[in-house]
Amino acid sequence: MAKKVFGRPKSLKEAVFHYCPGCGHSIAHRLVAEVIDELGIRGITIGVPPAGCAVLAYNYFDIDMIEAQHGRGPATASGIKRTLPDRLVFSYQGDGDLAAIGIAESFHAANRGENITVIFMNNAVYGMTGGQMAPTTMLEQKTTTTPGGRNKSSEGFPVKVCELFSQLPGTTYVERCAVNSPAGVSKTKKAIKKAFQCQMDGHGFSLIEILSPCPTNWKMSSIDSCKWIDNVMSKEFPLGVFKDNLPAAKKSGEAAS
Amino acid sequence: MNKVLMSGNNVIGEAAIRAGCRFYAGYPITPQNELTEYMAEHMRNAPGGVFIQSESEIAAIHMIAGASVAGARVMTSSSSPGISLKQEGISSMAACELPGIIVNIMRGGPGLGNILPAQGDYFQATRGGGHGDYRTIVFGPATCQELADLTMDAFDLADKYRTPVMILADGMMGQMMEPVIFKKPKPREYSEKFMLRGAGNGKSKFIRGLILDAIDMEEHNWKLARKYQIITDKEPLREEYKTADAKLVIVAYGTAARIAKGAIKRLRDNGMKVGLFRPITLWPFPMLQLRELAEKIKNFVVFEMSTGQMVEDVRLAIQGTASIEFHGRPGGVVPTPANLANVVARYYAKKD
Repeated sequence: MAKKVFGRPKSLKEAVFHYCPGCGHSIAHRLVAEVIDELGIRGITIGVPPAGCAVLAYNYFDIDMIEAQHGRGPATASGIKRTLPDRLVFSYQGDGDLAAIGIAESFHAANRGENITVIFMNNAVYGMTGGQMAPTTMLEQKTTTTPGGRNKSSEGFPVKVCELFSQLPGTTYVERCAVNSPAGVSKTKKAIKKAFQCQMDGHGFSLIEILSPCPTNWKMSSIDSCKWIDNVMSKEFPLGVFKDNLPAAKKSGEAAS
Repeated sequence: MNKVLMSGNNVIGEAAIRAGCRFYAGYPITPQNELTEYMAEHMRNAPGGVFIQSESEIAAIHMIAGASVAGARVMTSSSSPGISLKQEGISSMAACELPGIIVNIMRGGPGLGNILPAQGDYFQATRGGGHGDYRTIVFGPATCQELADLTMDAFDLADKYRTPVMILADGMMGQMMEPVIFKKPKPREYSEKFMLRGAGNGKSKFIRGLILDAIDMEEHNWKLARKYQIITDKEPLREEYKTADAKLVIVAYGTAARIAKGAIKRLRDNGMKVGLFRPITLWPFPMLQLRELAEKIKNFVVFEMSTGQMVEDVRLAIQGTASIEFHGRPGGVVPTPANLANVVARYYAKKD
C-alpha cells in the first residue's frame, strides 16, 4: 500500500487558483495553509484577505474569512482579535494595500502591538489593476504608470516595510523572505510558522514580508522573474530577520508566570 | 430607576454600554469628544469591553466592522468631517450585512466648517452616504431622553436587520444636559451563524461584499433592497405636536424641532394655530404619516439648520397637495424660538 507523502493541505479548499502561472500568491496560500494544518489551528483561525489579486483568497482557504476594504485589513483584524483574543487572526496584504493606501492602519496596528500576524506580499507592482506602480516598485522599473521607469525625483523611493516596521517597539517578529526558489519557499514556511506561533503564545505583532514574482506584470518569464528577485529586488529588499524579540518576550512571559 | 442629569454625549455612551456595546473605536473630533472619553473611561469597567482610540476615522469604522463580525455589539462616533471618512466602512458594513452603530454629532460644514450645531449632513445620512446601492437606518433624536432610548433601540434594529444604524444629532444635542432615565435594555437576539469565530470542526464561512458575477451582484442588491423596503414599511417613527387643530405645521427634526416647539408656544399665545411634525427616523422618513397629515393641513413650513435638505423628503411625501415653505439657518447658527416664531408668523399671516 502506497504511503501518501504529499497532498493538498486540509486548510485549502479543492479549488483551482485563479492566479497567473508563476505567481507567488499560490505558493504563499499553500504555505499558510500548511502551517495552519501543522499547528492544528484551522478551527480557530480567522483570515482577512485584502483588495488586490488575493481578494478571492476566501475561495481557496478553508477557514473563516472576511474581506477587508483596501488597506484596512489590520484595522478589521484588530477588531476581530480584541473581541476574540484566543483566535488566530491574520491579514494578508499586498504592497499597495499595506504600504500605500493602508500604511496608517498597518503602521498603527503594529505600533499598538496588536497580537495579529500580517502576511505581506511584495511583488513591486499593482497586479490586479494591471501593472501600475506600487510603493515598492524599484527605481527605474517600468510600470503602466511609470512608462519611463520609476523616477525618484517624481515618484519617490521603494518603501522598505520590514526596515520601517522593525523600528516600532510594538512589533515582535519581522522577517523578509522570498518564494522564488525551493530553499526560499521552505524558509518562508518556517517564518510563517514562527509568526503564527508568536501570536498563539501571545507575544504580539508579527509581519512576514514575502518577495513574490509577478511574471504577467513584470512582462518576464517565470524563470526570469525568479532571477529578477535574486538579482534586483532582493538587493533593494534584503532577505532576513529584521526583528526577533521572541526570546525576550518568552523570558518576560516566564517571569510573569 | 433614578433620573440622572447627563450631557447628550455621555448619555449615548451610557446607553450603549447598558445595551451591551462592548467594542468602541473612535478618533477625537469636536463636538463629540465627551462621548469618546466616556467610552474610554467606562469600557474599562464593562466585562469584556474594548476601547481603541484609532489612528483615524477610517480605521475606527473598520475596527468596529471586525469586532461586529466577531460577535460584539459595536459603536463608533464622530462629527461631520469624520463621518465623511467613515463612509467607505459604512458602505462595506451595509454590503456585508454587519450590525453596528455610528453616531454623528453634526457640526457646520462643508469642509472643516466649524464646531457649532448644524444639520447639513441629512443627505449624507439618509441617502446611504457612501458608494453603492444601500441605506442606513437614521435616528434624529431631539432630547437627551430620546438619545438614551434610541441608542438602545439602534442596537436592536442593527441586529434585527443586520445593518449599520446611525444616530444623527448635532453639537447642541451632544453638549446639552437634561435629566434622563435609562430603560432596561432588551436581551440581545442575534444568531451566531452570522458571526465569524473560527470554523471549529465545521464548515468554514466567508463574509464579503465583493461579488464579481453581475447576476449574483444584482441579486445581492435586490436582497438588500427588499430588506430596506421592510424597514421602510415597518420602522418609521414621528411625533405630532399640536397638529389636531393646526392651520400650519412646522416640519423639523432634532435641535430644530426643539426650537420649533418653543416657537409654537409663542405663536399659540398669539392665537396662531401652529403644530409640529417631527420625524424621529430620518430614514425611513415617515412619508405616509406626513402625507396623511397633508390631507387635512395645507400649509407647511420646513425648518432646518441647513440650506434645505429634509425639505426634499417633505416634498416627496406631500406630493404637491399642500403649500411648503422653507426656512433654513445653516453654518452653526441656532436661532431662538422667538426668531423662528417671527418667521412662521409671517407665513401664517399670508395663508390666513
